[in-house]
Amino acid sequence: MTAIIAKRLVAAIPVLFGLSIIVFLMIALIPGDPATAILGSYATPENVQELNEDLGLDKSLPQQYLAWLSGVLQGDFGRSYALNRPVIDEVLERFQATLILAGASLVLASLFGLLAGIVSAVRQFGLADKAITLLVLIGISVPSFWLGLILILYFAVKIRLFPASGMEAVYGGGGPLDVLHHLVLPAVTLAVVATGVIARLTRTAMLEVLRQDYIRTARAKGLSERRVIYVHAFKAALVSVIPVIGIQAGFVLGGAVYIETVFQWPGIGAMLVNAISQRDILLVQGGVLVVAASYVLFNLLADILQVALDPRLK
Amino acid sequence: MSAVAAEGREAKAGSGRPSSITLLFNNRLATFGLSVLVLVVLTALLAPILPLADPNATDPASRLTPPFADGHILGTDALGRDMLSRLIWGTRVSLAVGFSASLIAAFAGSTIGLVAGYAGGRTDQALMRFIDLMMAFPYILLALAIVAILGPGLINALYAIAIVNVPFFARNIRGLTVGLARREFIDAARLSGKSSLAIIGTEVLPNVLPTIVITLSTTIGWMILETAGLSFLGLGAQPPQADLGSMLGEGRKVLFTTPFVSLVPGLMIFFIVLSINLLGDGIRDVLDPRLRSGALARPSARTDIAEDRVAGQSSARDDQVLDVKDLRTEFRIGRSIHKAVGGVDLAIAPGECLGLLGESGSGKSVTAMSLTGLVPSPPGLIAGGRIGFLGEDLLDVSDKRLRNLRGGDIAYVFQDPLATLHPLFTAGEQLIEAIRAHQDVDRAEARERALTLMRQVRIPNAEARMDAYPHKLSGGLRQRVSIAMALANDPKLIIADEPTTALDVTVQAQVLKLLDDLRKERGTAVLFITHDFGVVSEIADRVAVMYAGRIVETGPTGEVMANPAHPYTRMLVDCVPVMGEPDRRLSAIRGRPPAVDKLPKGCAFAPRCPRAEADCRRGTIPMEVKRGRIEARCIHPLAPGEALETGA
Repeated sequence: MTAIIAKRLVAAIPVLFGLSIIVFLMIALIPGDPATAILGSYATPENVQELNEDLGLDKSLPQQYLAWLSGVLQGDFGRSYALNRPVIDEVLERFQATLILAGASLVLASLFGLLAGIVSAVRQFGLADKAITLLVLIGISVPSFWLGLILILYFAVKIRLFPASGMEAVYGGGGPLDVLHHLVLPAVTLAVVATGVIARLTRTAMLEVLRQDYIRTARAKGLSERRVIYVHAFKAALVSVIPVIGIQAGFVLGGAVYIETVFQWPGIGAMLVNAISQRDILLVQGGVLVVAASYVLFNLLADILQVALDPRLK
Repeated sequence: MSAVAAEGREAKAGSGRPSSITLLFNNRLATFGLSVLVLVVLTALLAPILPLADPNATDPASRLTPPFADGHILGTDALGRDMLSRLIWGTRVSLAVGFSASLIAAFAGSTIGLVAGYAGGRTDQALMRFIDLMMAFPYILLALAIVAILGPGLINALYAIAIVNVPFFARNIRGLTVGLARREFIDAARLSGKSSLAIIGTEVLPNVLPTIVITLSTTIGWMILETAGLSFLGLGAQPPQADLGSMLGEGRKVLFTTPFVSLVPGLMIFFIVLSINLLGDGIRDVLDPRLRSGALARPSARTDIAEDRVAGQSSARDDQVLDVKDLRTEFRIGRSIHKAVGGVDLAIAPGECLGLLGESGSGKSVTAMSLTGLVPSPPGLIAGGRIGFLGEDLLDVSDKRLRNLRGGDIAYVFQDPLATLHPLFTAGEQLIEAIRAHQDVDRAEARERALTLMRQVRIPNAEARMDAYPHKLSGGLRQRVSIAMALANDPKLIIADEPTTALDVTVQAQVLKLLDDLRKERGTAVLFITHDFGVVSEIADRVAVMYAGRIVETGPTGEVMANPAHPYTRMLVDCVPVMGEPDRRLSAIRGRPPAVDKLPKGCAFAPRCPRAEADCRRGTIPMEVKRGRIEARCIHPLAPGEALETGA
C-alpha cells in the first residue's frame, strides 16, 4: 500500500508541474502590458518600471518561469497590490475557510448522495425512486447562488434559525460551535449539486452491480437481502463512485466561489472574485494555484481510497 | 442470463424500430422540457416585437413597485425599470451567450478530439495531455482564471465558459475516433485516395455526431448556468447590459426588502436549465439506449411467481429429495412471452446425481435457477408448476424459509467462479459468511470450519489461501472455493450449473472427481447441469435431456448413452469424441434451437430432425415412449442401437 501511495504521489508531480505552467502563463497572456493592467491606468511610468523589474517581465519567459517557480516553492507568490500584503498570507488564511466549507459540503454530498442513490436503485421505479430522481433533477438544475438567496430569506430572515452571512459572529463569536452554526446554510447550498450527481451515479452503479453474478451467488448463499445490498452490492458500487466523488471535489471547490460570495464566507472564492474585479492578478494567480493543487491532492486521495477498496487495482 | 439477453435482442429486432424523434416524444418528461424550452426561446426571440416597456428606461418615481401594480406585471427593480421586460431581454442575452458558448465548445472540442483520435501518435499525446491538464483544474476556477486574464465582461465570460467545456467534447470524441480510425471502412477510404480532412469530414464525423449531440445536451445546461453565475459575480455582463445572472446579482442588493427582484431572474435560469436537462436526458436515452434506466432493471431477491399458478396435481413424494412437476418459467419482455421452461418434470432421489443436459438456451440453467427463485425478475416469472423439496413446495414457502434453504439445504455451484465469487472479499471471508449465514457460531469458530472445508476440497496451503482474493487464485482453486462454499452447511441437494465448463480440461477432470467423491462421501443429491455428454457420463446416475424448455428424454446414464430413443439425444451423444476412435466423424447438430417465444407446433425439434414427418408437427408430443427405464418425447423413436441418418 505504501508503495502504491508513493507511486501515485510521484505521478501527481507532472500534473502539478503542468498546473504551475498554466497558472504562470496567466500574466503573460494578459492582453496589452501586464504591468499596466495590474497597476491600473493611473500608474506612473516609474511604478510600471518597478513592477516590471519585480516580476522580471523584462526577461525571457522560461527565465521568468524559473524565477517565479523558485519563489513559489519558497512560499513567495509576490505581493497583493490591492491589499498591500504578501499573497501567500492572504491565500492561506482564506484557504482554511474554503477548506472548511468545501470539506463539509463534500461530506454532506457523499453521505446523502450515496444514500439516495442506493434507495433509488433498490426501489427502482417505485415511489421513492421517482421522488429521488425528480429531486436530483431539480438539484442539478438549480442555480446554487439563487438557492443560497432563498435559503437566506427563509432560514435567516424568516425563521432566524441560522445566520445569513459570515463565518463567525461579529460580537462574541468564534469557537467551533459558532462556525458550525454559520456553516450550515452555505455548506448545504454548496452540497446540493454534488449530492445530485453522486446520487445519480450511485443509482446507476448499484443497478449495474445488482445484475452481477456474484450478487446471485450472495443470494444463493442465503444471505439476507439487507446484507446483499448494503455489503455485497454497495461495496462494489462504491469502487466506481469514489472517483466521481473525487471529481465532485473540484465542482465543490469551484462552486465555493458563488456560495462564498452569497454568504460572505471569508474564503478563497470570494477573494478571487474581488481580486479579479480589482485586477489584482498576483493574488488571483496564487489563489488559483493553491486551489488547483488541492484539487489534485483530493483526486489523489480518491485514487488511493479506490485502490484500498479494490484489491484488483493493486 | 445470456439467453435472456439474446432473446431481448431478438424481441427488439422483431418489433421494428420507431424513429428517434418518435421515441423522444414518447418520453413525457423530455417532451415537457422541450415545450418549456421552445416557449422560452420563442418569447426571447420575439422580444423586439412584443409590447414591452423599454428594459433600460429608469423611473425613480416608481421604483420597486410590487407585481401587478401600475401596469408592471412583474413590478419594477431598484431603478424603476420594468421587470417583465428586463426578464425577457435578459433571457435573450443569457440564451444567446449560453448557446454560443456551447457551440464554440462543441466545435473546438470536437475538432481537437477528431484530430487527436485520427492522427494518433505524438499529436494525440500532446493534445490530450493538455486537455488532461485543463481538467486538473476545478471547473469554475479555470473559468475565473480566464476571466482574470481577459478582464470582466460578457463576451469574455462566454469565452471562459466555452474554453472550460472544451475538454468534455475533446475526450468523448477522441475516444470514439480512436476506435473508428482503425476500422476497415476508414482504411478503404484512405486507400481510395481521400484526403485526411475529407475522411474526417465524411466518414468519421457522421459516426461521432450522436456523441457530440449527447455531450452538448448534457453540458449546455451547465454552460447557461455558469455564464449566469459569472454575471452574478459581476464578472460577466456589465451595466447597462443585463443578462439573467447580472439581474440576480443586482437584485441581491435589495434582497431583504424586495426579494422578488432577485427571485424572478433566478427562477427563470432554473426553468431554462431544468427544461434543457429534461430534454438532454431524453436525447441521451434515445441516442444511447444502453444508458436507459429501463435497460438496467434491478433483479428482485426472489423470482416472481404468477398469482394464478396452477400447482402440479401430483402427490408429494417424500422419497425424493427434489420432485419438480410441470415447472413453467417465462420471461416477459415487452409484449412477448419467452417460455424458457415449458413444463419440466424432474425427480432426484437422496444421494442420486441427475445430469441435466442440453444446448445453450435449452432452459436448463433457468430450470436450475427457478428452483430457489434465483431467476431475475423482471423479466422472469414462474408461471406454474410445483417444486417439491423434501415434502415442501418451494413455490409456497415464505421468503424467510427460502433464504434458510438457500445455501443451507440447497447449495449452488455456478459456472464461472471469477464472476460468481465477489471480487472484493477474500475467499476466507466469503466462506465464513456462508457458514455464519446458517450456523450460529462466532467468527473464530467459523474461520476454523472454513479452513477445514478448504482442506476438504483439497486446496493446498489453505491457511494462506483464506486471505487471497478470488483474482489471485487459479480457475481450479476458485471453483474449489465455490464447492467448499456449497458444502459449508451440509446441503441435501447441490445444484451444479456447468461447474467445469469454464475450466481447462485437466482441471475439469480434477474438479469433477472432487465433486463426485464428496457427494458419495456425504450422500448428497446432485443436479448436475451441462451441455457435455462426456462430462455427464463421469458423474451422473441418470440423465434428463432438455430441448426448447422441455425434457425430451430421461433414463439411466448408461442406457441413454448406449441406446437413446430421441433423435436429439442421439445427436448430442454423437458430439462426444471417443478415445481410440479418431476416425469417428463428430457431427455438429445442424441449425439452431428455436426461439422460445415462437415455438413450432408439435415437436420443437422437428425442424432440425432428419426423421421428422408430418405428424411430428401436429399436436403436443407426450412423454410416452417407454423403453426399459428410458422415457422419451418422440413419436418416431430410434430403435435400440439404430444410428441416425443425417442425410448430410
